[in-house]
Order: sequence, then C-alpha cells, then structure tokens
Amino acid sequence: MSEEFSLRTYLRDIQPPFCAGCGAFTVMNTFLRAVHEMGHKDLRGFAFCSGIGCSSWIPSPHFKADTIHVTHGRSIPVATGVKLMRPDLNVVVFGGDGDIVGIGLSHLIHAARRNVDITVVMVNNMIYGMTGGQVAPTTPFKLPTTTTPYGNFERALDASKLIASAGACYVARWTTTHVSQLKESFKTAVNTKGFAFIEVISQCPTAFGRRVGFKDAGEMLQWFKANSVTVEEANKLTEEELQNKIVVGEFVKKEAPSLTETVYAVLKEAQKK
Amino acid sequence: MLNPGIKFMQGSQALAEAAITAGLRFFAGYPITPASEIAEHLAKELPKVGGIAIQMEDEIASIATIIGASWTGAKVMTATSGPGFSLMQENIGLAFMTETPLVIADMQRAGPSTGQATKCGQGDVMQARWGTHGDYASITLSPNSVQEMFDLTIRAFNLAEKYRTPVILLGDEIIAHMRESIIIPPKNSIEIVNRKKPRPGETMFFGGEEIPPMPSIGEGFNVTVTGSTHDEYGIRITADPVGHRKLVKRLVGKILNNADEIVEVEAYNTENCKIGVVSFGCTSRAVYEAVERANEKGVKTGFIRLKTLWPFPEKQVKVLAQTAKTILVPEMNLRQIFFEVTRVAEGAAKVVPLNKIGGGEMITPEEILAVLLKEGA
Repeated sequence: MSEEFSLRTYLRDIQPPFCAGCGAFTVMNTFLRAVHEMGHKDLRGFAFCSGIGCSSWIPSPHFKADTIHVTHGRSIPVATGVKLMRPDLNVVVFGGDGDIVGIGLSHLIHAARRNVDITVVMVNNMIYGMTGGQVAPTTPFKLPTTTTPYGNFERALDASKLIASAGACYVARWTTTHVSQLKESFKTAVNTKGFAFIEVISQCPTAFGRRVGFKDAGEMLQWFKANSVTVEEANKLTEEELQNKIVVGEFVKKEAPSLTETVYAVLKEAQKK
Repeated sequence: MLNPGIKFMQGSQALAEAAITAGLRFFAGYPITPASEIAEHLAKELPKVGGIAIQMEDEIASIATIIGASWTGAKVMTATSGPGFSLMQENIGLAFMTETPLVIADMQRAGPSTGQATKCGQGDVMQARWGTHGDYASITLSPNSVQEMFDLTIRAFNLAEKYRTPVILLGDEIIAHMRESIIIPPKNSIEIVNRKKPRPGETMFFGGEEIPPMPSIGEGFNVTVTGSTHDEYGIRITADPVGHRKLVKRLVGKILNNADEIVEVEAYNTENCKIGVVSFGCTSRAVYEAVERANEKGVKTGFIRLKTLWPFPEKQVKVLAQTAKTILVPEMNLRQIFFEVTRVAEGAAKVVPLNKIGGGEMITPEEILAVLLKEGA
C-alpha cells in the first residue's frame, strides 16, 4: 500500500450514469479501495459480471477490467461459467435487489448451494430504480411505490438470511454508511474460498427516497444509521423490536469445499480411468 | 473420444462425441426429453478429456453459464428440447449481440407447451429463426441421420467459431434416439475451426471488420462485453441511432451475406423435374423412397433436402421453383418451412403443404408418394 489510492487507477474515463446522491458511488469507491488495499495495482486478477439495473453499471463499463454485462437476473450463472473455466480469477458479480433476488433469485440460491467461489455484491435500494420506482421483493411493507400506490401489500425478503441458510461461506450486510466495515467485508469476500454474498443497503434518493418522504440522500443515510443494529445487538432483541431495523454485520464466515475444488477433483478422477 | 472406424450408435451419442471432437470443453444443460442422453453422455465422457459438464437449475442458467464459459476461450454447448429452447431465447439474443460462439442442440418434440414430450415434432423451425426479440439472423442446421448428427455437430462448432455467433443444431426426437452405423473419420481429416484471437494491444473486439477477433477473459484485454447496443470497443451506446443501425446490421449481415458459404443442401434431380420436394430432418428420410417410387412411375420428381434451415437456402429453392411446376413440403408441424418455400418461389411454382402432427407418427413414403402422383399427373 505504498502508492496512494486513486479511483482513476481502476476506472475508465467514462462518466457514471448514477443520479446525484446514489449509493452506487459509495459501493464503487469502497470496493475499489478494498481492491487497492489488497495490493492489486490493477484489476487483472478479476472478472466482473453484472445483469440489468443501476448497480449493474458499477463495473460495466467503468472498471478497467474484463466485464460482462448480461441479461436481467442472469449474471450469476454467467459468472459461474467464467469461474469454472478460470478458477484462478476473482469473479465478482454486482447487481441490484431486483436483479439478484427478484428475477434472478433462483440462481443466487443455487450458487450458494453449489458453493461456487464467486462474490455476489447485492446493492439493495429496496426498489426498481432504473425503471422508475416499482415495488421490489425487498421493499418494506406498506411503503408506497409506483406499482403499489396505496402501499406495498407484500413482505420484504431478508436476502442475507436466505443465502446464509442456502450454504454460502460468507454472508455480510452493511449499509452505505458503514464504509469501513463494508471495505473489510469486500476483502474477506474476495478471499473467501466458496460462495460469498454481501448485501449493501443503499440509498436511491430519486426513485425511492423522495416518494417515501426523504428530503435528500443525506436524510436516507441518517435513516440507515439510526435504524441499523449489529447482529450481536439483534440477537438480544425480540422480533417486534426488530421491525423496521436493518441488521448489519457478518452472518456467516465458514469454510467448505468450493465448486471449483469439487469439479476439478472429478476431472482428475475421470482422467485416471 | 472415439477412435475412427465404423460404429453403431445413437444419434445423441454421435452428437456428443462430435462435440468433443470439435473441441467442446464446457457443457451446461438441464434434463429434458428427448435431449437428456446428450447431457448424460457428455457427463461421462467430457471429464475424461478435461472438460466440464454441469447440470444447472434451469435452461436459462444453462445458456447463461455457457456464455460465461465461452468468454474464457472455451468451446461450449447446451442441449435441450422445445420448452427449454423457449426459455433460452432471451440469452440467445445476448449471445448474438455479444458475438459469443456457442452451440445449442435442440431435439424437437411435439409442442406447444408440454405437448407430447416423448414424441417427435418439427415445430421449432420458426423458433430457431425468430425466437429471440429484435432483429437478428440465425444459423440453424438440420441433421437427418446419426451420421449427420456427428458431421453437422462438427460443422455447428466450426460455424459458431468462424462467425462468432450462436449456432442451433435442430434435431428431433427420432434422429436423437435412433441408432445407426456411422463412420467416424480419422481425426486429422476433420476440419476444426477456432475463433480468431486478437493480437496483443488490439482493442476493437466488436466492430471494425465483419467478424472481429475475440479475446478471452483473463488475458489482459479489459474486454467490455455487453448485451446493450455498443460501439466497436464494447462501450454502451444506448441512444445513438447510427451506432445501433451499424451494429445490428453488421451482426445480421455477417450471417446473411455469407449465406452461400453457410448453406448446405442435398439436391437430387432438381434440374429436370416436374415436381419437387423440399424437406428436412426426420421427415426427409421418408422422402427418398417416395421420390424414387414416383420417378419409377414416370413422374419426374426432384428433391432438395435442407441441411441448413437458416439462413434459408433461397438460391437452391428458387432454382427448383423455376424448374418444377409444383413443390411439395412435407414437415411434422402445421406449416413452417412451407411459408419460406412459398416466399422464395414467388409464384413460379405451386407450393403444396403436407403436414402431420401427433403421436410422433412420421409422414410415410406412401403419403408423400400419393401427393406426388396426384400433383405430378
């Protein structure tokens, strides 16, 4: 870490499309800081996959790296194909909540079950931002959206909890206010042998915040901060007390044989015969 | 991998063996009748040559996974049937737009929907051409024997690599499941095509020439792959009308402008016939006998068997339409290739459909002969 961190080391000279105040800037910045602190002078050791949605634009085309920007919800299987053929690369998926746990949920669960050694970063802004603020599987109960103008009549999915139970080796959730913890989690995730999932609760001031009554992105961040409780704190709270709280921290950190290990073991075995 | 010589084997096995011979190193699929034998054979044989065969959670994941693997430089394939082929359509568009070489084997069964899952059909012809949304062009091959399951699979990989595009091998339940003797040629006599790779320092992977070079992930090219409209460097251009036209017209053009090289037919007696038959796949097997018997009975009959369905063999069918007064189009669907023949004939010949669906019952030589004798009289 002798050299000073500069985003320009890792980014193409292309204006990002994000709105002012968007949490995607924070995720992009924090991830690249983690990469820098891990000692990567460039992104050669990485491959990035993303689907459709604002946060899928974090790596593509902005990262000076190999990036594949694919169809809505399908970044995880594409990343699986890349990783299986190039186990030496760090394969990282960026996607929004709609992409990862809406249309692409089945792939997420299966990737965790297979324990494919990729990192999935889900930027959860609780809304379909790019298409104009429609209800997501992560939108809190009762909140109004453009497709639930009388309030969301469905419950929100706890993606981290789900993926922890599906077999992931590393699961963490932070908000865009927890930048130093998030940065450390990115490092842990990339170094995890097996499936790693990071959920970042992020602000969409344009399609979410202003509709539910936040003046600006800053107010949303304050809301995140005021309502976040750590995993340890959460363990002492009742389900009722946890209503509308954001539980942050590391949910899973374990070791298990990864998919590339088990697949290549089979290849070795088959070639003996 | 099979040694050269005469083998007795199933169509699906021939396809799988040919894929390995062509250089397949990554297969992903989802179980479906009548294509599961392909996945099963590859699961056993591919690891022996260091390749990976994996069963995914659905057909969408299967094609997505092989797209990812193809970008690492591997030759890739998936295999399915009608319902799974439908699920793959969006990502076929992605593969077309990102110029990702891959092979999709679709062993047709009787649809729509679950239909008759174990019975043969030829109803995916138009799905193979127009299944994804937007403007595109398809390369679709149609084998009619176990030998051709081998030969056309090799060709499918070669075309995918050469043109940097998805290629559909459109078989059917009958060809996939039947067993025949085939000749496996010596390895060094089989032409194998590999994708063109960029030289170090090259940056234009999505334009600049008809078929640009394709780098692999992890080679340091910083390749930007996107299903969005993009410029020659892979950078998204989502609003520029000129850029979109340029890209999509090149992608369509690289297939349609090379139709002469891609298209293959088997033509018989087309220059000197009163009546012609155009057919493909399993149905074409019944046509040989019907054509022979019609000629024996004095009805001068020609035959074009389409080994390539898409791009449609327009030139060859046009020649037939100018010679023959009538063209008969037998197919196991309710008219699909019929409309293409009608379009190409432009009224020069009367085009007669002969269709049969259900129960996997093939169109018989007698049924074809009856029409030939009636129309050729």
